[in-house]
Amino acid sequence: MSVIYILLTISIIVAIAFFIAFIFAVKNGQYDDSYTPSVRMLFEDELVKDKPKQTIKTNKD
Amino acid sequence: MEHQQCFHCGDSCGKDTILFQNKSFCCNGCKTVYEIFSENDLTCYYDLQASPGSIPKEIQGKYDFLSQQTIIDKLIEFDDGKTQIVTLYIPHIHCSSCIWILENLHKLNSEISTSQVDFGKKTVRVTYNSKTYALKDLVLLLSAIGYEPYISLDDFTTGKKNVNRSLIYKLGIAGFAFGNVMFLSFPEYFEVGEFWLEQYKPLFRWLMFFFSLPVVFYAAQDYFISAYKGLRSKILNIDVPIALGIIVLFLRSTIEIILDLGSGFFDSLTGLIFFLLLGKFFQQKTYAFLSFERDYKSYFPIAITKIFNDGEEKPIQVYDIKKGDRLLIRNEELIPVDGILINGKASIDYSFVTGESETISKKSGDKLFSGGKQTSGVIEMEAIKTVEQSYLTQLWSNDVFTKNKDDSFTTLTNTISKRFTIAVLSIAIIATTFWLVVDASKAMNVFTAVLIIACPCAIALSAPFTFGNLLRIFGKKKFYLKNATVIEQLAAINTIIFDKTGTITSNKKSTATYEGDPLTTTEEVLLKNTLRGSNHPLSRTLYDLLNEHDILTLDAFEEHIGKGIEATHNNDNIKVGSASFVGKTQDVSVLNTTVHISTNNTYKGKYTFYNSYRIGLSKLFNMLKKNYDLVILSGDNEGELENLTKLLPTKTKLLFNQKPKDKLEYIKYHQTEGAKVLMVGDGLNDAGALAQSNVGIALSENVNVFSPACDAILDATKFNQLYAYIKASKSAIKIIKYSFALSFIYNSVGLYFAVTGQLAPVVAAILMPLSSISIVIFTTIATNFLGKSLE
Repeated sequence: MSVIYILLTISIIVAIAFFIAFIFAVKNGQYDDSYTPSVRMLFEDELVKDKPKQTIKTNKD
Repeated sequence: MEHQQCFHCGDSCGKDTILFQNKSFCCNGCKTVYEIFSENDLTCYYDLQASPGSIPKEIQGKYDFLSQQTIIDKLIEFDDGKTQIVTLYIPHIHCSSCIWILENLHKLNSEISTSQVDFGKKTVRVTYNSKTYALKDLVLLLSAIGYEPYISLDDFTTGKKNVNRSLIYKLGIAGFAFGNVMFLSFPEYFEVGEFWLEQYKPLFRWLMFFFSLPVVFYAAQDYFISAYKGLRSKILNIDVPIALGIIVLFLRSTIEIILDLGSGFFDSLTGLIFFLLLGKFFQQKTYAFLSFERDYKSYFPIAITKIFNDGEEKPIQVYDIKKGDRLLIRNEELIPVDGILINGKASIDYSFVTGESETISKKSGDKLFSGGKQTSGVIEMEAIKTVEQSYLTQLWSNDVFTKNKDDSFTTLTNTISKRFTIAVLSIAIIATTFWLVVDASKAMNVFTAVLIIACPCAIALSAPFTFGNLLRIFGKKKFYLKNATVIEQLAAINTIIFDKTGTITSNKKSTATYEGDPLTTTEEVLLKNTLRGSNHPLSRTLYDLLNEHDILTLDAFEEHIGKGIEATHNNDNIKVGSASFVGKTQDVSVLNTTVHISTNNTYKGKYTFYNSYRIGLSKLFNMLKKNYDLVILSGDNEGELENLTKLLPTKTKLLFNQKPKDKLEYIKYHQTEGAKVLMVGDGLNDAGALAQSNVGIALSENVNVFSPACDAILDATKFNQLYAYIKASKSAIKIIKYSFALSFIYNSVGLYFAVTGQLAPVVAAILMPLSSISIVIFTTIATNFLGKSLE
């Protein structure tokens, strides 16, 4: 039953690892802007899809 | 066909549609932006959102000051000689296309390596190679594509801002500890006398102890500090019983595990702090794109062009302007100091200051006050004061701007907590004395149990969740509050003071009455056609007011700036403009804005313009008059007195010719007589009054543009809903009172267990979250219900 020491240690280490990850995320400003990333993640796909190399346009003037 | 929409900005194109690649544009500016994008394969911009752009403004020479190193140093965030990072505020950011194009800046110029948009704050953070690319080039590029950054004196003085993230850290720690402690204390809840569980009990308990340490000493420190401050100033605020509860919980639990008496209350302790912080976090709704702390600095430019004696023009910092300096003010630039106009045609828009959008013409030798915006061409002026001493900016030296309004206000929660704390302490003492007589061994147990169970978690949560939720609901209805206290203050109001221009009137003057000899049809046709050619705001307004007529080709047309316009058609001559211009000598009514008309040198009559009042003004005032004293403080003359008396309830006080300082003093005086003042204003001239009042609401036609420092920003379209907002705030107070009642029930149940000496950890662990969660649910449902009643 002393395996519980190992299990406890592992569980606490895992918990603390996630906790540290959270602290770092906050520190790097990931929680400062919670809106823009939700929009940004949708861009890439549309961009590739909509980009059949533009036909030569009549230049200005 | 005539009203085609511009492909770039979405404005109606009118007659001058420019066709380019089968797309219509309203102006050359929009077309150019489109060209830039299409040349760089960035037309995806238009796929994400229809017509997302804005018309690029004329900016020639405006950003010359950005070539000065001292100014650059203040603006940029990071510089290692090779790379610079700058964060620019761009008011136009409004849709996903904006994010997309601004994050693809590197495709427009290879010197830009990355750019990142913060949509909420409307900023873009750009990293670029400073060796080959200057900040000025970046700003010019952004302006050229219709995203002109807004750089004000504010950016210059504040420097780098530190974001305070401590609440998130604290919440994270409390949540982390709460979850882990809950797991560890689970076995003990069931009191199964299992052998191995008994064996490991001490280990589990000590782990809980260590998890609770950072919670008590870091996450909860605000409560101790606030309680200490409260006690020192002899106030029993809500944090006093909370801090007491936390201390007792921690000490008793620690002693229990040291002496092996029980498992302690670490689960309740961490849970309590977690819920309390959650409430704080929820209440802390901020509108990143709004600022409630603006002073004149947000309006003022960083630099202005100075003309040196040798004729050289160089941008200088506005703080460096000295008395006697000659300054060059370009079109659309703001006058930073009081001065005298030397030459050029000044047509100054003081709408920032007064809310009055009509421009004022000045001729050389006239005095110019700071805060006005030049709207027609270049002028030269001589400074007669420095920035801080100017008429407008002086207002900010008043000490109302340094006072914190919240400090002097006792919240409902704190009022309750005073009685609550006294009650709890008496119960604790009585119960302890009773047990000392009956069974002394239980006395200490009961004493601590009472303090633990009475810890007013639910009471402390009522207000944050009610106000926090209402704050969000108000935000959706375009009423943006600085913080939750404003709701409480709003509910306590008994006097409402309105500014006139720009607040109860809308920005456009759109009604005019004609007095004089009636115009014949030909004259009217001629008048309409004459006005067509003029760009003066009054001409535009009058033009829109007149009936449609056929379009004539005028034989002659001349605009005399600052005087009026003159036109001829088929031997008919018409003059439109000021009284002296049309040949009328004495002008009777000087108070109102008038346009005089004469045809063939005979005076015909005049159009008098009236402020058009906001829709629903009368109705709003009539609703408000029952419960509130109403006052109108206007900086203008009495020209509108008659109109206002007709429109508003008779007991409304009307005061005219009030200077910014007068408004402030007026409010101060009435506050000493016990008035709780709500000030509704708009321009910078109301800034003092807004700061002095108990609640200052700035009315804004467009919440993205600037409004002076205030407690709340109200979208102008919602002006007639003001009463509904005040009523909702009052109902919110009622909701809080009900939830207090609810939490008292929980406390009584808990106290029964505590006083009788049978408070088991599991009871506390159930009762505390249960009371907290039910309060949260109750207040949320109640406030949402309240929100439904708002339009």
